[in-house]
Amino acid sequence: MIRFTAVLLSVALAAPVYAQKKYDPGASDTEIRIGNTNPYSGPASAYGAIGKTIAAYFRMVNEQGGINGRKVNFITYDDGYSPPKTVEMVRKLVEQDQVLFVFQTLGTPSNTANHKYMNARKVPQLHVATGATKWNDAKNHPWTMGWQPNYQTEGQIYARHILATKPDAKIGILFQNDDYGKDYVKGLKDGLGAKAKGMIVAEVSYEVSEPTVDSQIVQLQASGANVFFNVATPKFAAQAIRKAYDIGWKPVQYLNNVSISVGSVLTPAGLEKSVGLITAAYQKDATDARWADDPAMKAWQAFMKKYYPDANLSDSFHVYGYAVGQTVHQVLKQAGDDLTRENIMRQAASMKNYRVDVLLPKIVVNTSKSDYAPLEAVQLQRFNGKQWELFGEVISAEQN
Amino acid sequence: MKKTGTDPIFLILVLLAALAIALPFVASNYRTFQFTLVMVYAIALLGLNILTGYNGQISLGHGAFYAMGAYCAAILMDKLGVPYWATVPVAGAVCLVAGFLFGLPALRLEGLYLALATFALGVAMPQLLKYKALDGWTGGVQGIVILKPEAPAFFPNAGIPLNADQWLYFFTLAITVVMFVIGWNLLRGRVGRALIAIRDHPIAAEAMGVNNALYKSAAFGVSAMYTGIAGALGAIAVQFVAPDSFNIFLSILLLVGIVIGGLASISGALYGALFIQFVPNLADEVSKAAPWAIFGILMIVFVYLMPTGVAGALRLLLARRARKRTMPPIPQEEIP
Repeated sequence: MIRFTAVLLSVALAAPVYAQKKYDPGASDTEIRIGNTNPYSGPASAYGAIGKTIAAYFRMVNEQGGINGRKVNFITYDDGYSPPKTVEMVRKLVEQDQVLFVFQTLGTPSNTANHKYMNARKVPQLHVATGATKWNDAKNHPWTMGWQPNYQTEGQIYARHILATKPDAKIGILFQNDDYGKDYVKGLKDGLGAKAKGMIVAEVSYEVSEPTVDSQIVQLQASGANVFFNVATPKFAAQAIRKAYDIGWKPVQYLNNVSISVGSVLTPAGLEKSVGLITAAYQKDATDARWADDPAMKAWQAFMKKYYPDANLSDSFHVYGYAVGQTVHQVLKQAGDDLTRENIMRQAASMKNYRVDVLLPKIVVNTSKSDYAPLEAVQLQRFNGKQWELFGEVISAEQN
Repeated sequence: MKKTGTDPIFLILVLLAALAIALPFVASNYRTFQFTLVMVYAIALLGLNILTGYNGQISLGHGAFYAMGAYCAAILMDKLGVPYWATVPVAGAVCLVAGFLFGLPALRLEGLYLALATFALGVAMPQLLKYKALDGWTGGVQGIVILKPEAPAFFPNAGIPLNADQWLYFFTLAITVVMFVIGWNLLRGRVGRALIAIRDHPIAAEAMGVNNALYKSAAFGVSAMYTGIAGALGAIAVQFVAPDSFNIFLSILLLVGIVIGGLASISGALYGALFIQFVPNLADEVSKAAPWAIFGILMIVFVYLMPTGVAGALRLLLARRARKRTMPPIPQEEIP
């Protein structure tokens, strides 16, 4: 009888310990499986640097003991920036590789293709690598969350700057013909308000499958625009910058944030051809001399040297990958031993003033049950031929 | 030759049916999904085989008919709210007409010239689907996302819990069986003989009273119908259509499928489908850097070892065994 009660008591005491550890497919005592797709090949392959940086970050995390004692198994597939391929790879990650959640899948069209599937399956589509406004939709798509400041807000900030500095501008827009491009254009138009119709003299689009955008640039010059809003992914943005300079068209150029990398966009375009470009930034740029002694950037450089030595340090995608790695690291730390998909989303939606130190000062991560936009602040910067120079103040679109 | 026991073909079909029905209950959802796609490809390959294998008209553009069927289903389901099972016959009908209309002017073209014309269709389709004016219907480069159909309430009520993947598998299986039976009937009768006659000796066929023009266009139409139905089922299974899913590579892959599977053979469609569904995945596991090189090597190996396709090789094997059984024993010595 006593032995029986002893056994019962020990089981009862042990039960809470076991009850605290909760796992969904992809998590166990020793491992957390995270899935990802990135365009390592194809027209957007410049972004592949992000996937490689995240992989390097998790190598560092594992070497330092993992997260709460568990190693991270980062499984990443190439989708070539092609939505059907992304659908296939994400399906493989969720159903065959049984990952706990899918993280930083890159591309607006690629994530759009999986949006309904991930939410129907209740698998987190976390910190997607796109700034389209539609990811901040906690009510209808509670399993999808973005990370970077959204495109429409960025467009509005450019509009405000144009109205303040060049109120009689004639604006020409080059945009990628998909949801990402259209999101930026909407932001700009909303920011210009009633003046949009009068100020925008040309709106020219391009398809990802096209080899160059040279003819579109010639078209924009012919429209008489003196302000150019360049909404293009790295390869096409570089072509646009170069062509505009080569044909002698010198508008005030606003470059969208997704292509501000000095290493993969401005250098191929030509550094002297990129002088005067204005963009909105939220992370510290590796080429900016003012961060030379910044401890956060120094730590980043040490990380790159050890875990990704043959990378081009002037490529801002390596800072981006490091920053998102740190963010999800925090989410997993907060999740502790409750590694269910529901808890991952809950933790991701409860980050209060979390500071990622490679982001610009005063920019913090803030999320809540109704606010699925982790980053909402940017600061304008201008390229001087060698590096990006910040100016003005940090502009925040934080609602709450 | 004495027939011992039941017809072996019948036994094989029964075994196949049993395996097919048992599969979704023993395999994972992902495998079930992959086998659903195998059946989809099998229907498409049977369609292409009717045209190329049995009728000798080369088509490098069947991906376009697959795309037409897929978009038909997607647009009907997404924009017009049509239930998924109704989209399949509509896709088939649309592609039947489209195929027939394409087949009519193609009558003037033979061999390589026909191949080029169909290639033009295959290569133009993704661009046509991205055409800005049709963006409202086709969803442009972003494509259309379809919601997966659930099993009808009849099954859980009857005590058989079928999830969406399993239900879709059985739905596709039923349609595959129907299409294969129709194809088998068509090809073993007068129509089949006429098609083969046109392939081998068009002038002799004409002289025998076969209306070449009608049969050739009809072959195009029927072939397109099969591929369109496959496209619709494929769209429902993958739940996503985008112009980039249906590029020229798909057309070429379908041609690879029928050659590897076996030209002018119905079972060849199944072997070819298994090849084009699983071998690229296999190649990806062997080499991450050059999966298509591995795929190419495997293709060459298959073509070298089995020049008449898997179906042809099996036929030869069975014929050789049958001959051995019926041949009289060779006398050891001749009595002078």
